[in-house]
Amino acid sequence: MLDRRFLLLATLAAPAAARAQPERHPLLSAPWPEVVAAARGQTVFWNAWGGDDRTNGFIAWANDRVSERFGVRIRHVRLRDTAEAVARVVAEKAAGRIDGGSVDLVWINGPNFLAMKDAGLLFGPFVGRLPNARYIDTEGKPATVTDFTVPVEGLAAPWRMAQIVYVYDSATVKDPPRSIPAMLAWARANPGRLTHPTVRNFLGATFLKQALYELAPDPEVLATAATDTTFRPATAPLWDWYEAIRPHLWRRGQQFPENGPAQRALMNDGEIDLMISFNPSEASTAIANGQLPPSVRTYVLERGTIGNASFVAIPFNAAHKAGAMVVADFLLSPEAQAHGQDPRVMGTFTVLALHRLPPEERARFERLPRGVATLTDAELGRPLPEPHPSWMTRIVAEWERRVTP
Amino acid sequence: MGTAGHALSGAARSGALLRAAPALTSVLFLGPIGAGLAGTALPAFGWLPAIGGEALSLAPWRALLDAPGFAASLRVTLTTGFAATLLSLGLVVLFCAACHDRALFRRAQAVLAPMLATPHAALAIGFAFLAAPSGMLARLLSPWATGWTRPPDLATVNDAAGISLVAGLLLKEVPYLLLVTLAALNQVRAPALMRAARTLGYGPVTGWLKAVFPVVYPQIRLPVYAVLAFSLSVVDVAIVLGPGTPPPLAVLAVRWFLDRDLALWFPASAAALLLAAIVAASIAAWHVGERLAARLGRRWIASGRRGGGGGAAASLAAGAISLVVALSLASLAVLALWSFAGPWRFPDAMPRAFTTTTWDAHAGALAAPFRATVAIGALSTLAALALALLCLEAEARFGLTPGARALWLLYTPLLLPQVAFLFGLQVMLVRGGLDGTLAAVIWAHLMFVLPYVFLTLADPWRAMDPRLARNAAALGAGPWRTFLAVKLPVMLRPILVAAAVGFAVSAGQYLPTLFAGAGRVATLTTEAVTLSGGSDRRVVGAYALVQALLPLAVYAAAIAAPPIIWRNRRGLAVA
Amino acid sequence: MSGLVLRAARIALGERALVGPLDLAVPHGEVVTLMGPSGSGKSSLLAWICGTLDPAFRAEGVVAVDGEDVTALAAHRRRIGILFQDDLLFPHLSVGGNLAFGLPPSVRGQDRRARIEAALADAELEGFAGRDPATLSGGQRARIALMRTLLAEPRALLLDEPFGRLDVGLRERMRRFVFDRARRLGLPVLMVTHDPEDAASAGGAVLHLLAGGAVRRAEPDGEVADALPA
Repeated sequence: MLDRRFLLLATLAAPAAARAQPERHPLLSAPWPEVVAAARGQTVFWNAWGGDDRTNGFIAWANDRVSERFGVRIRHVRLRDTAEAVARVVAEKAAGRIDGGSVDLVWINGPNFLAMKDAGLLFGPFVGRLPNARYIDTEGKPATVTDFTVPVEGLAAPWRMAQIVYVYDSATVKDPPRSIPAMLAWARANPGRLTHPTVRNFLGATFLKQALYELAPDPEVLATAATDTTFRPATAPLWDWYEAIRPHLWRRGQQFPENGPAQRALMNDGEIDLMISFNPSEASTAIANGQLPPSVRTYVLERGTIGNASFVAIPFNAAHKAGAMVVADFLLSPEAQAHGQDPRVMGTFTVLALHRLPPEERARFERLPRGVATLTDAELGRPLPEPHPSWMTRIVAEWERRVTP
Repeated sequence: MGTAGHALSGAARSGALLRAAPALTSVLFLGPIGAGLAGTALPAFGWLPAIGGEALSLAPWRALLDAPGFAASLRVTLTTGFAATLLSLGLVVLFCAACHDRALFRRAQAVLAPMLATPHAALAIGFAFLAAPSGMLARLLSPWATGWTRPPDLATVNDAAGISLVAGLLLKEVPYLLLVTLAALNQVRAPALMRAARTLGYGPVTGWLKAVFPVVYPQIRLPVYAVLAFSLSVVDVAIVLGPGTPPPLAVLAVRWFLDRDLALWFPASAAALLLAAIVAASIAAWHVGERLAARLGRRWIASGRRGGGGGAAASLAAGAISLVVALSLASLAVLALWSFAGPWRFPDAMPRAFTTTTWDAHAGALAAPFRATVAIGALSTLAALALALLCLEAEARFGLTPGARALWLLYTPLLLPQVAFLFGLQVMLVRGGLDGTLAAVIWAHLMFVLPYVFLTLADPWRAMDPRLARNAAALGAGPWRTFLAVKLPVMLRPILVAAAVGFAVSAGQYLPTLFAGAGRVATLTTEAVTLSGGSDRRVVGAYALVQALLPLAVYAAAIAAPPIIWRNRRGLAVA
Repeated sequence: MSGLVLRAARIALGERALVGPLDLAVPHGEVVTLMGPSGSGKSSLLAWICGTLDPAFRAEGVVAVDGEDVTALAAHRRRIGILFQDDLLFPHLSVGGNLAFGLPPSVRGQDRRARIEAALADAELEGFAGRDPATLSGGQRARIALMRTLLAEPRALLLDEPFGRLDVGLRERMRRFVFDRARRLGLPVLMVTHDPEDAASAGGAVLHLLAGGAVRRAEPDGEVADALPA
């Protein structure tokens, strides 16, 4: 929910002009041990989406680790939507609150990251100061430095990788569609067995973005900002395809699950046989937790699927910057990365370059169980980059226009 | 002389304070509502300087009307609102008319009261588990009766017409209206009127409708309006059971209020204000309907038609009410079942295994919202009790008679859509730097707890034998001592019941926690509604079950306590 | 036999016998009075006769009106009228509305209005049709209550201490009013009361309900004999 503190100042007096960031915050040039010392005793308010209990569990584990090791506590502020945290920082800036902000760390990417970066709301660049940042796989995983075509420039630290996979129930689906046009044919043959979350949700929007990649006449244009002239011709084939497939979706395309977990519940109940997911390990983890039947498997499309990285960023006015930096560094540590990749925990892939790790750290990853429904790195292939965030905003608006009666 | 004068003026001062209690309570309680409405009305016309709204304009209204699905949203709001109210009132009237001489009627009060303690959201979540195409009912019938090995592609919940929303609303509204009607029947000497009607040759149903209903309805008019207002503006049940594209107007407004794009606050405020206008207009339309019905009714009464034995109506009514009760109990039971379930796939009627892993895994996460719910509930109920008792005492001591206007004032927060004034209330809280604090949430809850506590307590308090107080005074006890040592103990049972009711109301609040707490305060209800979006049914079941059982436990304690406390005082132990 | 007939009537509450065994016949146009102290079960007997007895009581026996056995009939089919201490005028209907409530549905339109006017005239309350019952005096309300009961064309009339709430001065007038009309219509009347004046005014047979349920007839010289045989 949004913080309206700024309204107090706005209504009492003219809002203080937002002052520019001081040139170089001392924390950005201090040696790391000083940062750790400054962080001791702080409570970091980490604003992160709270809709998935596995991620919530991971954050709780991280809290245990950093509090015993560094004396830093993490308070997980559960959001229904990352946009809430963005709005809060925006509001605080408008009220002239340049420190002591209520958001210390925010799990962010895509349009939200772009919004904060453009509005000068991020602290940093701080990633280069983190000791564990040297292990980030910037060549093999370019999404760690370019988020949705926007250069990160050290203003946000990556902490997990995501790539689109499609999950299907191998007990009932023998030959899942490997391309977008094939998906239309499959939906026609199996009406009501495919759906996607509402496009207001990031996963639902990505369902359409993935289709757009294959159907757009010129995919290069997706790397640039969408304009009125480019949007229509690029998306026309997408909408044709969508209007054709929609009547064959679950509930005849009139109703959509709210988010990823809701969609997963539908597959578990047997209401659908095919669904999109951002987590290559989701299927294995769900099987382990009894949230999906043991027969589910994953696959990617022949032409590749979109992948991105999730980041944590520190707002410019965070009250506990040192603590936030310590937490961000911990998240990049091999221990935390391996724990997150464990299919029994979250199952999300690491952002680290395994070949750069010392052998004992690399062993952590090699010990991890793969999961019966998880593809290998080779099978996943190189992920397609995300389009510019402006495409998503327009797609969401257009979808809403078409779908609501 | 001097000391006596001082004592007198001291008494006069505390007397003046007490006398002002009703007025103070109104201010404390209605002030935020008025300010809240203003705080929502201004942005509805474009005025919110802090985010760039510098000039009054109709742009928010244009944006609202242009929003995709606005017309459908409006239609769904009106149809579900009126349908739920008409159906629940109709069921209650049918039941009272047809079954008033049956034994189960007398027991109904005891059975229904605990049902009211369950929060709406928990019942809605449980009902969704029952009614979904992959839900309990389908599983029980599959595949032997229906031939389904996979869930059918039927929209039985979240359907666009709002039928499941209406069903979910009925589960709470029917018991509420029935309890209110039963209380009113006690006051209008219904059995005597029925005796007159029956011996004049009128069948039980027709007699009740002609002789008793017209006398009872004015007593339940305000609760019916409250049900209408609630059905039109409910958010948490609509999120769980109602259509999603487009949702009812209240959900649409909340969605926009929570959006990252701050510019959406303007059409959100417009939508909230529109909803307030819709509720007001609907209540007015209902009032016109009452007059019409009264006119037709009088003609029907004057015709002298006697009506039949009413056996068919009685079976129908008893069956319908039993269905409502059964569905409510089943909704709770299925929550419990899911929370202890191991792997469970359609179409198995029972889980393959039972396990406590869900509880073990989430007990820690449940602790914080549990504590918050208990703290907020306890404190808001205590505050409401204190205010209600002070007002009632002031009434008794100074002979203030509450008029109909006082009753309407008390009902105001129940008749206004929450979303219409909670946004503005948050603005007020920000002025005081209080938003996001527990205190703010408690105050927001107080606005809804107080009417229920007051209404539950008022009748028993006013019916208290005045001679008790007079005797105490004659024995030399001052008014405060009488209050503390005589009135409170005698009224312990009604006070505890009122407290249980207040706690249940607080435990079920969703929007006030969300707005006043600025999303920082998590209660069992906010967590359950958030998770109901789609997490694992086992986790949702656990959260919703705790959310449901907590107020029930409080209610049970409130009922069980007086006989224990008064075990040596038979006069007080029994109601 | 015609009129109101009770055969082997017994009423008990739990273990306690309240009334019975009782055999009674009330001929047309006659008033039989049953006397006994408060709480002795007199009202329960009347409730049983008109069919509104609370299920907590146990009752046996036969009630017959004009030769028809009505014991098994529902209360609203028996056509036995009853007047209570409380006039029980419906507060939401006007005086005329209350009277109309009593009229059978077979009487229509103009006829209904005429019958109501006639009833008002009979009660010496012309022009009161549109009045709110709450604005009437106790005596006026009692008269309207009787007229309402009579308009329903009952076959028998029961009176449950109907004059107790009225001022003492009014009582005799009211008694005359009730008994006259009942006799005129040939109704068998059974009255229960604890006021001996009521019994004296009725002029008919007087029975006493004793503890344990026995019913004894009162002789003109004040002695109490056994109940009348059927």
